Amino acid sequence: MSHSAPTAASRGPREWSPEQRAEIDKILARYPTKKAAVMPLLWMAQDAWEWIDLDVMRLIASTLELPPSHVHAVASFYTMFKKAPTNRYFIQVCHTLSCALVGADKLVEHIERRLEVDEHGNSKDGLFTVLRVECLASCGSAPMAQINEHYYERLSPEIVDQVIDALRAGKHIPEPRPEADQWTFPVS
Amino acid sequence: MDFPRILTGNWGVPDSHRLTVARSRGTYGRLPKALGMTPAEITTIVKDSGLRGRGGAGFPTGMKWTFVPPAEKRNGKPVYLLCNADESEPGTFKDRYLMWCDPHLLIEGMIIASRALDCHHGYIYIRGEFRFVARRLEQACEEAYAAGLLGKNILGSGHDFELSVHVGAGAYICGEETALISSLEGEKGQPKLKPPFPAVEGAWRSPTIVNNVETLSVVPWLIENGAAAYKALGTEKSPGTKLFSVSGHVRKPGVYEIPMGLPMSQFIEEYAGGLLPGRTLKAVIPGGSSVPVMTPAEVAKCNLDYESINTNAGSYLGSGGMIVMDDTTDMVAALTNLLRFYAHESCGQCTPCREGCGWMYQILCRVRDREASEQDLVTLRELADNIHSKTICFFGASAAMPVQSFLTKFRSDFLDRVQGRGAGAA
Repeated sequence: MSHSAPTAASRGPREWSPEQRAEIDKILARYPTKKAAVMPLLWMAQDAWEWIDLDVMRLIASTLELPPSHVHAVASFYTMFKKAPTNRYFIQVCHTLSCALVGADKLVEHIERRLEVDEHGNSKDGLFTVLRVECLASCGSAPMAQINEHYYERLSPEIVDQVIDALRAGKHIPEPRPEADQWTFPVS
Repeated sequence: MDFPRILTGNWGVPDSHRLTVARSRGTYGRLPKALGMTPAEITTIVKDSGLRGRGGAGFPTGMKWTFVPPAEKRNGKPVYLLCNADESEPGTFKDRYLMWCDPHLLIEGMIIASRALDCHHGYIYIRGEFRFVARRLEQACEEAYAAGLLGKNILGSGHDFELSVHVGAGAYICGEETALISSLEGEKGQPKLKPPFPAVEGAWRSPTIVNNVETLSVVPWLIENGAAAYKALGTEKSPGTKLFSVSGHVRKPGVYEIPMGLPMSQFIEEYAGGLLPGRTLKAVIPGGSSVPVMTPAEVAKCNLDYESINTNAGSYLGSGGMIVMDDTTDMVAALTNLLRFYAHESCGQCTPCREGCGWMYQILCRVRDREASEQDLVTLRELADNIHSKTICFFGASAAMPVQSFLTKFRSDFLDRVQGRGAGAA
């Protein structure tokens, strides 16, 4: 995805807060090397600043005494570290085989039409970013999508419309309730 | 069918993920017994049970544990225990349910395994998309620490075990054990050549055991009931129960625990609810997207155990992630879909895989769109043959096997799509 990214200057300086520093100390205590903390710190930074720009990578590099190029290599290898901003609601629709067999392509086309997304997946209203992703390990409740952290399973265009309306109305995203909580168990 | 629910016994119980509920249902009850045993005694039970790795390879778990060098040959290096919770193989979704419904069972299994391995540091490596599950695991770890079940001197036994959750960030390849180790160390998740095997030289160059979530979750039951009770379930060479995740064109997709050896068609009919009305079976991928596809005739003669599927269909039980396809399935589109996955997920380290997966995907797109010739199918087959076994890790074979098996077993579906052939050809 390429976006008109805010410049580093417009996002303010990158420094850890005292709370973040305390958390970093806890993370470092779990590993025998500082390098092992690179992914936990990338997650922490993404939670705080929404996406990983070069300044964030430099901050992590200096915190962990690593070359900035190493942090860049790791951040770019893993697809979940955002190298560009996404809109407030990031809808990742699984389109791998099990989902595709039960209508993932129609579902994603419906979402894209409904949200009037551009070639980068960003919706006309500026609230949503839509991306097709590979298997999210929710094959038994296909088709499905992950919206921010939450799994929405057994979706249909009708259910998706309700979810989109709720998000547009500013309603709180419900807590994730994977299928297992209400699953019927093996027949004997 | 009557059999003990070794893995799913607490599913559906309200708040089964909380320590008080887990304890009231027997979780951690096996710990005093296990911590009173010697490491060798625990390993012997696991070995004698015949438990095989549930991540997909089916390697005997107890034997894997014996590959860790004895203390005097470790030069003071620690042993690490890693739980592979990177569940990413298309069609596989059992470990997420297991961790969501019963995180304490996994933790108990890891504590017992750590005792057997003389190990004091463990990590649960979980895929980034499962952050909501990771939070639940972290909460479970906190509860266990507060109750003295993790940390120093567990239940006064003198055994120490520190456990934490490490969250990945969207790379399928990190489910491969050496890639998982690279990722944990803070590197790109790229596999390493074996040997040395992780049991000898793994995380931070120390002996490391990597076991799947389901494998580790079986261990407490083995301590409580013994190896013979486990061997009494399933088949001789594939003992015990296993979780099967079934998806695709069935009426009741989901996760089911069954004893190994159940006829595959019976499983699809009785557990997965059978096909939709009026449909017939076209194909089944039995063990996650990487294993060879099976025809209905093969499905009819196979049982759900490692040997039967291999002998009768040349495929693998793998992770138990079963994708069922009925007669409405476009087999060319299905294979194209899978190759898009492999082209996207190749880590880029080995040339045959990095380049070959993309080429296979591009050729398949042209076959799907009726723009390919019969020669392209020959090229596709050659590519698959030239990737299989010619890469550092098993990913190359995992991308090649679907191509080889689809082209062999559903040949006419592909011939119908190449130029100048078939009713639909322009």
